Amino acid sequence: MAAPSENTSSGLMVKAVREGIFAGVIALGMFILYVGIETYQDIDNRLVWRTRWGLLAIFVAVAAIGRFLMVGVIKPHLDRRKLAKAKSGILEISEEKSFFHRHFLKIALIALLLYPMASVWLFGTQGSLKYVDNFGIQILIYVMLAWGLNIVVGLAGLLDLGYVAFYAVGAYSYALLSAHLGLSFWVLLPLAGILAALWGVILGFPVLRLRGDYLAIVTLAFGEIIRLVLINWTDVTRGTFGISGIKKASVFGIWSFDVGSPNYFPKAFGLATSSAYYKIFLFYVILALCLLTAYVTIRLRRMPIGRAWEALREDEIACRSLGINTVTTKLTAFATGAMFGGFAGSFFATRQGFVSPESFVFLESAVILAIVVLGGMGSLTGIAIAAVVMVGGTELLREMAFLKLVFGPDFTPELYRMLLFGLAMVIVMLFKPRGFVGTREPTAFLKERKVVSGSFTKEGHG
Amino acid sequence: MTPETNTMTPTITGDTILKVEHLSMKFGGLMAINDFSFEARRGDITALIGPNGAGKTTVFNCITGFYKPTMGMITLRQGDGREHLLERLKDFEITKSAKVARTFQNIRLFSGLTVLENLLVAQHNVLMKASGYTILGLLGLPTYKKAVGASIEKAKYWLDKADLTDRADDPAGDLPYGAQRRLEIVRAMCTGPELLCLDEPAAGLNPRESAALNTLLHSIRSEGVSILLIEHDMSVVMEISDHVVVLEYGQKISDGTPDHVKNDPKVIAAYLGVEDDEVDEVIAVELEGGDR
Ligand SMILES: Nc1ncnc2c1ncn2[C@@H]1O[C@H](COP(=O)(O)OP(=O)(O)O)[C@@H](O)[C@H]1O
Ligand SMILES: [Mg+2]
Repeated sequence: MAAPSENTSSGLMVKAVREGIFAGVIALGMFILYVGIETYQDIDNRLVWRTRWGLLAIFVAVAAIGRFLMVGVIKPHLDRRKLAKAKSGILEISEEKSFFHRHFLKIALIALLLYPMASVWLFGTQGSLKYVDNFGIQILIYVMLAWGLNIVVGLAGLLDLGYVAFYAVGAYSYALLSAHLGLSFWVLLPLAGILAALWGVILGFPVLRLRGDYLAIVTLAFGEIIRLVLINWTDVTRGTFGISGIKKASVFGIWSFDVGSPNYFPKAFGLATSSAYYKIFLFYVILALCLLTAYVTIRLRRMPIGRAWEALREDEIACRSLGINTVTTKLTAFATGAMFGGFAGSFFATRQGFVSPESFVFLESAVILAIVVLGGMGSLTGIAIAAVVMVGGTELLREMAFLKLVFGPDFTPELYRMLLFGLAMVIVMLFKPRGFVGTREPTAFLKERKVVSGSFTKEGHG
Repeated sequence: MTPETNTMTPTITGDTILKVEHLSMKFGGLMAINDFSFEARRGDITALIGPNGAGKTTVFNCITGFYKPTMGMITLRQGDGREHLLERLKDFEITKSAKVARTFQNIRLFSGLTVLENLLVAQHNVLMKASGYTILGLLGLPTYKKAVGASIEKAKYWLDKADLTDRADDPAGDLPYGAQRRLEIVRAMCTGPELLCLDEPAAGLNPRESAALNTLLHSIRSEGVSILLIEHDMSVVMEISDHVVVLEYGQKISDGTPDHVKNDPKVIAAYLGVEDDEVDEVIAVELEGGDR
């Protein structure tokens, strides 16, 4: 019994060493030009090159040792654990869920409601700014955008790469209408949503007969067109300068956050003058908008239109054979998603006080889409988790000043944001190809609500 | 979406539900259907049979609006006398207004939705209307709630007929093949059709599943729904159909009762692959000039 196992373990080591060397050679081939050689300009402005063999050696060593450990240690360990689990007969998902698991949503909601108070209490009024604004509001904006896009991509299965266009429409609608008509945030918020939905229909109508890749490319183009219009229509949008001095939102017109105003909010409550109160207010506004998005999505999923969206994702031809008008069904998905994008956009404008086309580049669409995919298409919880991880994670990078001690004073962690974003995506997709929450909640049931495994649901083809 | 009124002469007689006249369908140079005409009577099971590649599915796709025929006229007469020219309607309108439902040769279920949800999606148009196109439904109006209750009752009714009640809350993709076939059929039934078109429903079923399918088809017919059935296996068709139409290379070669068709030398030749001149001989002997 001992002999063969020893035999296999030494065989494993040989294999691990071989794979490690192989990985090292490949890394050498890949990095020799990019890392091993560096070009720079000398004092006479000539472009010359020098070698960085040390750095190259580190890259190669990391690849080789990493591969060796993966094959020789980590993978056998995981296999053994899986085997042990299978032998002991414990199912992967235990029926008894923990308290935390069962009440996850309630706990999350309470935590969110208390979050601004907690950060004021922990870091002081001024200190809370960073946590409420950079983390709280920033993440919630993306949660809302991703939930909006989820209706189009996750439910209806239409791959939309230009979602940021509706975000832009919402933001500019608020910025322009508040400047020219002097209307308040609370009037313009629904208006911006309606305008974005209208644009969703206008853009959707010609493109929705396209499917899959073609739809993706055309929506991408529309996103870019909107941005280019914003840049070039300088009379209205002031081009790349953007629009600044956008009016702040008020507490339903009762209290204002303009310092000079007679009913300045902190003064009315006998508090010190600080912008933190405005941010805390905005935090609750975006939280409410997120909850609205979630509520509407949950309700719509149980309505005929929501079921038709999901049916469309599963099989468009079958939908048509059942008498469902797929064009209007797609358009409503597009419009509903766009509306939430518009809400988020007008919120973004009032929070920043400034909008410019730079905020609405393709990368934003890609990030929002990435959050939807990472979260698990269709799952609100999964998407919220993905937004926290991805947006919160990249925000955290700004805080990693200590990394300068490791990598030298030139190191700016923010620059590695996208690299880490990509790396995180690759890792999640490798281990959880259906996203954080890959299962689907049925919208109706006769006896019991059983979740549908991700292996049955489809991603849609446009 | 007003019903098309047929001004043609002769109009369809009272007990005809579907009339296909001079239907032709060309794919590039291929004449998949060539001047094909037949009628299906209300309440009957009409079978469309023929060897593989004869053009049966293409006929279905023309009837249900998935293909626009190159030529020809397809008239559907509803129970209340309204007539629709199907070749002028869009695919979803044919189900919605003309009350024709269909299944597919390669099953098309919403595999990630549960069995029950599949049946609810099929009642989309009724529920949409009841929900005031979503708006009133969001407000939770009682009329909508009643419509939802009715739709679930209807789903339950058909689940019972298809023997799928136990699997109602499972994803459709998780069902065995025979059950998926039955689900696709009852899903089509949930649209409330007057004519049900089934594309090779018995293909690939084991004997037990075939028997379950036959039971289901009989209970559908007893509801007064007419059935148009494609099959390439003759033996399956002969027991259950009232009327058989045989198609070969896009042309009708026989039309009549199962007994008539079974003994038609042209059909025998088409199915046994007899040489052409032999067929001519057989025909010469058997034909008395009545048929074509
Ligand atoms: N969309 C299409 N494009 C081109 N040729 C087609 C198409 N659909 C069917 N055909 C051709 O039409 C003929 C009839 O096909 P089909 O109706 O599927 O036969 P059946 O259902 O009787 O087996 C076949 O030769 C097939 O290749
Ligand atoms: Mg066929």
